Amino acid sequence: MANELRLVEAIREALADEMARDDSVVVYGEDVGVNGGVFRATRDLYEEFPDQVYDTPLAESAILGLGVGLGAYGLVPVAEIQFASFAFQGFHQLHQHASRMRSRTRGALSVPMTVRTPYGGGIRALELHSESYEAGYAHVPGLKTVVPSNPADAKGLLTAAIRDPDPVLFLEPTKRYRASREPVPEDDHTVPLGEAAVVREGSDVTVVAWGAMLAETLDAAAASDASAEVIDLRTVSPMDSEAILNSVRKTGRCVVVHEAPRTGGLAAEIIARINDDALYHLEAPVERVTGYDVPFPMFAREDAYRPDAERIRRGIERALSA
Amino acid sequence: MVRDRVAEFSVEYVQALDEEGNLDETVAPDVSEDRLLELYRLMRLSRRVDERAVALQRRGELGTYAPGIGQEAAQVGSAVALKPEGWMVPSFREGAAFLTRGTPIHRLLWYSMGMEEGAEVSGATFPPSIPVGSQALHAAGLGWAQEITGADEAALAYFGDGATSQGDVYEAMNVAGVLDAHCVFLCQNNQWAISVPRRGQSRAETLAQKAVAAGIEGVQVDGNDVLGVLAVTRDALDSAREGDPVLIEALTYRRSMHTTSDDPRVYRTDEEEAEWERRDPIERFETYLRDEGLLDDERVAAIGEEIEDVIADEIDRAKEGQRQVVPAEMFDYVFAETPPELRRQRAAFESERSRASEEVSDDG
Ligand SMILES: Cc1ncc(C[n+]2csc(CCOP(=O)(O)OP(=O)(O)O)c2C)c(N)n1
Repeated sequence: MANELRLVEAIREALADEMARDDSVVVYGEDVGVNGGVFRATRDLYEEFPDQVYDTPLAESAILGLGVGLGAYGLVPVAEIQFASFAFQGFHQLHQHASRMRSRTRGALSVPMTVRTPYGGGIRALELHSESYEAGYAHVPGLKTVVPSNPADAKGLLTAAIRDPDPVLFLEPTKRYRASREPVPEDDHTVPLGEAAVVREGSDVTVVAWGAMLAETLDAAAASDASAEVIDLRTVSPMDSEAILNSVRKTGRCVVVHEAPRTGGLAAEIIARINDDALYHLEAPVERVTGYDVPFPMFAREDAYRPDAERIRRGIERALSA
Repeated sequence: MVRDRVAEFSVEYVQALDEEGNLDETVAPDVSEDRLLELYRLMRLSRRVDERAVALQRRGELGTYAPGIGQEAAQVGSAVALKPEGWMVPSFREGAAFLTRGTPIHRLLWYSMGMEEGAEVSGATFPPSIPVGSQALHAAGLGWAQEITGADEAALAYFGDGATSQGDVYEAMNVAGVLDAHCVFLCQNNQWAISVPRRGQSRAETLAQKAVAAGIEGVQVDGNDVLGVLAVTRDALDSAREGDPVLIEALTYRRSMHTTSDDPRVYRTDEEEAEWERRDPIERFETYLRDEGLLDDERVAAIGEEIEDVIADEIDRAKEGQRQVVPAEMFDYVFAETPPELRRQRAAFESERSRASEEVSDDG
């Protein structure tokens, strides 16, 4: 059975199902209770699960640090950071404690925390409400970083993240929250962390994307004369290299798309992995279509910054013409 | 076990103008009649700018906007106490404070139109801080710089009640105290941080007492009383210029939504809103000025008309600027000198855009 849900509703469903299944799951953060979250991802959960949903003071360092304690104690913390940019206010808790508790204590303590947060541009938001920092999180060993691109995956990946025994950062593409209604399995539905999906088969070129860029990439693939194979990375760390390599070995060409700035972005890591293990299958240099190395502009200029289907199509053409 | 009392603290509350518009002469600051009328005009201007901005946002002409309706006295009264050389370090709801400092309205509108042009500041003014609370430390830094250089100035930091939960705000007060920073921290306790009430931020009875742990002075003021806020801020700035930072908790109320994306009906009651409507800062001040013979119906109407004209012109000016936005400027202010890779990205951006526009004209 499947419901037609928006991405944000699929997230709410995963939270509700997991709290119902396991009463040690605790959902907390700024405005997640009475208000149901500023994007309504936790709408009505406070009424339904009064002992499992909590509003916290306005303090991200506290929210993430509390998760370390809650998790080590044996609860299953699911924290919301209102906007991804404000996870920086608690970044040290993720980097210095949550992600390394297991390795430091040789497994004696661990932090099964999930941190959900909206990220990315394209909704005319305020300054500092549009950044994509997934590469920075991928640089933190011991932290898993997951980015759904559609409602069904959002439910499946979030359920898997909550059940995962390690800390998971779950980045929700704001632009996709209400973009479409799609079928989402009604019952227990998980999508394994660390597995990419081939969402469109093709033979000429591989295009790798995630999050909000996936929709733009599928539009670009449809507009291109080439037969493009599109891969949704889904978990950016740990990354499913094999899925990318297998596709590149077949197509011989690759384009990587991300909204984040170019320098140090995940495209660079993906290209390095292709160089390591599929270099001799390449018929052309791998192309990148990314944001620029500038602070994410305020919304009067954000369309100029964000890769769109047209820029991605040109990237595909460059990969084919080389 | 012997228990000795080693320290005791108390927090004072100040009000000059009560809810009926009666003035307590012992608290009232020394202000000329012209200045009194200017405070009144600034509060009304701010209120109208907010009302018009919310309406423009509803028509899709502005992005998310955070109105300060109800907080005019806290902002105008404090900002007017700061000398032009004193630094203002705002949060994101300080439209009235910006107007008091002379920032043109079209610039505030540009900011809400998503244009970096709107954050271009002049004088001793910081741009809005979108992260909650982190700017308090910048004021401490400015205030420390004034101590180091022996400047007879001070910095004034704005933040909300929610912000007092952030470590940065405590750190700011604490370092300011240790370093004798010339710094006043102005907390506008407007009772709500989005949907979380004041009591959801701290079990402390007052927010002013958060100063105690930092060893600096803390004081409460009726934040809807423009003269009380002015008096308390003046005193605090005097103290700060001597190297003694102060935390002021201005008790006020955000009468409208948190931002245009918010719906306060989800979390608060009509009764509460009505109660604070009764304590509105502008009405109380107007009553006082009428009693003093400084205002009458005619004068009140004339000020209203003048304000409408100014705002209409400024909206036109904002829209004109919006039409002239150059996208490639996003590359221009990242560094003082643009590095080669960024120059390359800029060139690629320009050529891709010109190719795209050629294709559009070919098609057409
Ligand atoms: C570090 C950080 N966390 C969260 C947010 C989202 N946010 C914006 S305003 C706000 C509430 C602020 O409340 P308060 O400090 O009382 O100021 P007010 O909005 O009431 O003026 C929140 C949670 C943010 N901008 N920055």
